[in-house]
Amino acid sequence: MDEKHSCVTLSVQPSRGLVDEKFVILVQNSFPSSLLTIYAHHQCEDGNSWHAFAHYTSDATGAVNVSEDCSIGGTYSGVEAMGLLWSLQPVPGSKPGLRMRKKNVQAPMVVTISVYSSHLTEGFGDQVPLAGVEVERWYMAPGVQRIPVTEDGLTATLFLPSGPGPFPGLLDLWGGGGQLVEYRAALLASHGIASMALDYLTCKYTMETGKIVEQDYFEMAYKFLQKHPKVLGSRIAMLGLSLGTSVILKIAVHSQIMKLRCAVCVSGSHVQPMDGFLKEILDYFSKNSGNTHFTKDNEVVWRDLLLPIPTDLSLKVDVGKLQCPLMLVVGEDDQNWCAYESAMDMKGMMERAGNSHLLTLLSYPNAGHLIEPPYMPHARVSLFREIQSRQKLMVLWGGQTLEHSRAQEDAWRKLLVFLRKNLYSGVKSGSSSLSNL
Amino acid sequence: PILSVRPSRALVDEAFEVLVENLPPVSPFTLRSLHHSEDGDDWEAYGHYFSDHSGRVSVSEDLSFGGTYSGREPMGLIWSLRPVPGSRTGLRLRKKDVTTPMLITISLYNGHEDFRDNSPLVSMVTERWYMGPGIQRIEITDGGLRGGLFIPPGPGPFPGILDLWGGGGGLLEYRSALLASRGYICLALEYFKTGQMKSTDLSFEYFEKAYHVLKDHPQVIPDRVGIISLCLGTIVTLSLVVESAEIKPSCVVCISNMITKSPGKTLSGFHRSIPSKFNKIRVDENNHQIWRDVGLALLKEPSMKVDVAKINCPLMLVNGCDDQNWCAVETADDISKTMNAAGKGHLLTRVDYPDTGHLIEPPFSPHCFAGNFFVYSSNEKVIQLYGGKTKPHSDAQDDSWRKILSFLRHHLYCSHKAKM
Repeated sequence: MDEKHSCVTLSVQPSRGLVDEKFVILVQNSFPSSLLTIYAHHQCEDGNSWHAFAHYTSDATGAVNVSEDCSIGGTYSGVEAMGLLWSLQPVPGSKPGLRMRKKNVQAPMVVTISVYSSHLTEGFGDQVPLAGVEVERWYMAPGVQRIPVTEDGLTATLFLPSGPGPFPGLLDLWGGGGQLVEYRAALLASHGIASMALDYLTCKYTMETGKIVEQDYFEMAYKFLQKHPKVLGSRIAMLGLSLGTSVILKIAVHSQIMKLRCAVCVSGSHVQPMDGFLKEILDYFSKNSGNTHFTKDNEVVWRDLLLPIPTDLSLKVDVGKLQCPLMLVVGEDDQNWCAYESAMDMKGMMERAGNSHLLTLLSYPNAGHLIEPPYMPHARVSLFREIQSRQKLMVLWGGQTLEHSRAQEDAWRKLLVFLRKNLYSGVKSGSSSLSNL
Repeated sequence: PILSVRPSRALVDEAFEVLVENLPPVSPFTLRSLHHSEDGDDWEAYGHYFSDHSGRVSVSEDLSFGGTYSGREPMGLIWSLRPVPGSRTGLRLRKKDVTTPMLITISLYNGHEDFRDNSPLVSMVTERWYMGPGIQRIEITDGGLRGGLFIPPGPGPFPGILDLWGGGGGLLEYRSALLASRGYICLALEYFKTGQMKSTDLSFEYFEKAYHVLKDHPQVIPDRVGIISLCLGTIVTLSLVVESAEIKPSCVVCISNMITKSPGKTLSGFHRSIPSKFNKIRVDENNHQIWRDVGLALLKEPSMKVDVAKINCPLMLVNGCDDQNWCAVETADDISKTMNAAGKGHLLTRVDYPDTGHLIEPPFSPHCFAGNFFVYSSNEKVIQLYGGKTKPHSDAQDDSWRKILSFLRHHLYCSHKAKM
């Protein structure tokens, strides 16, 4: 028998999964107790290559099960079913400051997973693997519709779940980098929520007039969802990260027009000048930019811009007046915003006001600023283009990869449960009818 | 309510979990699957359920109280698919374009008997794929061959499989695509176009060329090539294995066996030999043609049988005991007898499935009990009875696929590992 032909088989189930689904990687038929390296490679849309690898020893039947066996080294160690995804890092020789973010959500992320003999740490391109498979990771479930929205002056994309509807709705806001970022809204639609990603910093209006949008831009977005035939107008939530949080907290407490069913705020703060809106928040940041620090590697640390948390109520949203459920997600190693301190202050305000039963606070040690959907690689530092100055800076977001990745997984799961509970069932106190949703 | 189907994109032989939550407790609901086929027909399956006190229905765990399937059937919404009322007759569900998935919409309705009067409360689309990610499909046209070659991703090399279908003719790629998704380089070969068997030259040479496409392929392990076949394809396979000097497979799978050969090194003869016994065709109460007695009559002619005593490779025979299209089990008995007498019994693996018909397909394919068939000798379109009862036939498809995969793996992947 030709010994040089390997019998090793490699399987990944499911081979086509949603980005937040777990998979099982199984190697079979290798020689018993042999040293193996499992390797993942992904070329992202901007052409950069990412990889991850882990060292295993096959068992007496020649098998390795990544969900059950221990990696003894590589880009992750221990028992980590999804380690080959969240520990992906730019290949040696890549430009610094890269961050992986999917632009085209209608096509899957394709990852090649291979198994090599012996414990390798480099030179994967020079060796022939024993076996290799391709895995697809999708942001959009089958049947989810992607609808670009330009009416009413909006720059947005609506994702409708599969099925007749109607569905609860959600407005999805990202942070200070601007752009129309679709992937999180696409994934939420795959979970049954009609979600609209909204560009509010680099939208058509701002690009054409040079002006920052006001509250009525968000009201337009809310009303668009509210009157959409496939959206339940009385069940609209908002989800935001970073600067998006500032917008949401203001709206949740003070808007007469936008009545939120619930809100999720990730890595943000309630500190902002209470008179005015978005422009005034950005000006407030500029005013405090003297508090910017730099690490020894010249990375920008912006967490002190809003510290210390003011006691003056004209400088922070009075969350004691909040009337809808709020989930706060913060990383205790956030180097970009003082999210943890803000969350603690908000908690105190709500306890004193007697509405802290509305608050769900998730605080993660050693997690950084960019708390994203699970299994995506953690960026501790990346190149960031400041909206107003158009400068590209190396910004420190914070977080330690292992704990940050665990935080992403836990936070996403809890976020989905929170949204499901508040959008799909339950009666808001005071509300009269319960639709059989 | 919240409906989830996991995984929402799966291979055709993979199971899924259908779960509904947030329902009113202990109420009647119907889950229905709907598929619009490439031929434009609508297929459906449905099961009647009751939610529990937490407002939940789990197809994997709960009982269906009726519909197109009953009992605890995680995949009932797929294997019990049948044409919707009012459809054309004699339909068979077979995917032609394997580069796209089968789309199946799973919906939830209130009520049981009258569920169709209501609009669905919630629904989800699920994709069922024959081709895994990274599988390459290459059209084979050189040397007059007509086929589709499927190559798995990865460095290889891989074992190869030649895939031969039966009397309906045409190029059917779905089983080959699925086998490639399971790690084999697989060639689906068209050896006559539907309705053109009479005019097709079925020389050994055609099949030998196809076999070499596999054997000589740079990514195929040359001494690890097997053959899988069904119905008429089984005679082709056994004839080639016995009489062709070029075709020496590592193992062979024959589903729904036939053994009547044509003399010499051409396979064209069987379009004469089979019609010679057409007087044995019976019809049932629906005017569906039962051909199994044709086979029984032919079995009585020793000169017309492939000499299976000469087979030297492992052979797996898969048959349905309720096959009304051919006497598959009797044929397998005959093969067994001959091989045992020749001391070759150790090469033989047989599985016979009760209440199972002729068309034993990959798992979860809808059971085709009777289907349209074009009779080449008389240019007639008839409906042939294939047999089998849906539930046992579907179980047989599931079980036989797993047994076939393990047989192929044993002989094509790692037979050098002797077990003590």
